[in-house]
Amino acid sequence: MEAIGIGVWGVPLAVFAGAIRVSTPFIFVSLGEAITERSGRINLGLEGTLVFGAMTAYAVAVVTLSPWLGVLAAMAVGACFGLIHGFICKFPKVNDIAIGIAMMQFGLGLAFFLGKPFIQPAAPRLPAIAFGVWSDLPQIQAALNINVLFLVGAALALAFWWASRNTRVGLILRVVGDSSDAARAMGLNPDTVRLFATAAGGALAAIGGAYLSLYYPGSWNEGISSGQGLMAVALVIFARWNPVGCFLAALLFGGAGALGPALQSVGVTKGYYLFYAAPYVLTLVIMIATSSPTRSLAGAPGALSITK
Amino acid sequence: MTVEANSHTLPTLDGRVGSLRPSLEWLARRAEPLAITLFAILIGLALFSIFIALVGKSPIQLFELIYAGGFGTWFSVQNSLSRAAPLLLTALCVALPARLGLVVIGAEGAVVLGGLAAAAIALPLVGSAPPLLVWLIMALAAMLVGAVWIGLAGFLRHYRGVNETIASLLLAYIAIALLNHLIEGPLRHPASLNKPSTAPLPPDYMLGSIPGMDVHWGLVFGVTACILSWVLIEATSFGFAARIAGGNVRAAQIQGLPVGRLIVGFTALAGAFGGLAGMIEVAAVQGSANASLAAGYGYTGILVAFLARHNPLAIIPVAVLLGGLDASGGLIQRRMGLPDATMLVLQGTLFVVILFCETFYGRCKIFNPDLWKRSA
Repeated sequence: MEAIGIGVWGVPLAVFAGAIRVSTPFIFVSLGEAITERSGRINLGLEGTLVFGAMTAYAVAVVTLSPWLGVLAAMAVGACFGLIHGFICKFPKVNDIAIGIAMMQFGLGLAFFLGKPFIQPAAPRLPAIAFGVWSDLPQIQAALNINVLFLVGAALALAFWWASRNTRVGLILRVVGDSSDAARAMGLNPDTVRLFATAAGGALAAIGGAYLSLYYPGSWNEGISSGQGLMAVALVIFARWNPVGCFLAALLFGGAGALGPALQSVGVTKGYYLFYAAPYVLTLVIMIATSSPTRSLAGAPGALSITK
Repeated sequence: MTVEANSHTLPTLDGRVGSLRPSLEWLARRAEPLAITLFAILIGLALFSIFIALVGKSPIQLFELIYAGGFGTWFSVQNSLSRAAPLLLTALCVALPARLGLVVIGAEGAVVLGGLAAAAIALPLVGSAPPLLVWLIMALAAMLVGAVWIGLAGFLRHYRGVNETIASLLLAYIAIALLNHLIEGPLRHPASLNKPSTAPLPPDYMLGSIPGMDVHWGLVFGVTACILSWVLIEATSFGFAARIAGGNVRAAQIQGLPVGRLIVGFTALAGAFGGLAGMIEVAAVQGSANASLAAGYGYTGILVAFLARHNPLAIIPVAVLLGGLDASGGLIQRRMGLPDATMLVLQGTLFVVILFCETFYGRCKIFNPDLWKRSA
């Protein structure tokens, strides 16, 4: 993005625009992970789901010329990945964290294998809404060009937040996540609830992938993800399993990720790769600041292995 | 979160001297991990064959090519062994913390920074010090940096309660960013135009081959590290304490074992091995530190460690097996027109199946002497 005409104000503007653009995949992956973790299980494989979703969405959009069909297809395969994870974890002695790492490698390998023919062709992109038409400045117009999926993600975060405390499904999810025994006493099968929660999480993570390949950066290649699927796990802990918190944390991460490119656009090129590391450093610092060796995290689902 | 540690049960000495039963029990308990792992590999290969058949290629031809490219000739065996060398060390980087119940998946970070440290410290010494001394200093620098990097994940785990899986992976991403920053900037050799690198090591400072083989010395380092790790875990009180802490942290703390020191010590040692893998990549393969250091050895090492059930001796054959798979990748790409990610799919399939098969432990009567009839 050019920053001529508005000088250094281009940096905060670019960070703002970047935060919205970069945060969208974080919003979807972290909402998906939040739902899965609320049910008492952790899925570290969302990185693989995200990349496989990106590949599927791109391939389907190339073939059908409809980006929205691509998003739907990504959701379907993402749910399948979640179902596999949820099904395997149902068995005794199976470690959900290790299965997540394995599913991540499996998803990445399969996405690179099947996505090879789709690196060259161009897919139609997801539409954006121009909220900046009132302004004469092209920078502001560009910054306020907001993708529909960002708005969907914001709405979903609010809806999940409301649903988790006001609906039957939300209550079931929280009971299962806090205590398998309590859930069984209520006549619920924790494994079934976790299976569906992991599938829903996979579908949401795949939407994040579809956004990467169909909007920003808007192409399919093997380096499409830079660990968003894994950082989302840390982000969910930071957000204390609260969907609205996930949305705000995603914005913060997006802003950190946009800092490097924004500074580069105003001519600061020194240490570009160090700014590249900003989101990872931020994640680590936040995890150090919010964790404690003696007490379990406030708001953590009781049955979750990662906080024990 | 616990990683199932190997159940190394010694022959039971319950007084029935002369009976065959104790040795049979010992054999059965020992055979269980081997049988279940082989079973899992077979299932994984079967699923992978179905996948290859579905994309319209012949699984039989593929396995023939894997054999030819990985193990068929002396040349391909040497190629597989060379590729196994870094995997031995990165697998230890995962397996050692796993014996304490920690899932550390950031070995890639230790490899990258170890290689970078080795290259950076070697350059001012080249010419003024003999190669042997330079290699020693390179190895020490790489191991120190790797130890700090992975040890940090262990430290944060014990003293701050930070999840070590995510922390180690974030540290790996940060390490790769540091590598890119330094080889694009301060440490960049002006002659490296297309591929930013540090200045290359002169040929006589490169680690050569093992006499009589076309395999670099990294293999010896890797195998030695595996044997030493096995001795550490199985035959020292430090290793014994680590196994107790890995089985039950509370019990270890009540016994007064220094759990914090064990965790930091084991993760630091693991990181030192990861760093050594980076030094070998620089001194024996690349000749300089560049982006090829992040070639995924750290991630394949996770699979090697889990396949070997975190047993350092079992890592040796598993690493050779996966080195062979890696070595045959190029042949499969050329002969069958399959993408280079084929081997990633195979690895991922094996990984998922092997973890799934954890559920069979203790369920097969033949491997569980406690369920045998009291007839012997």
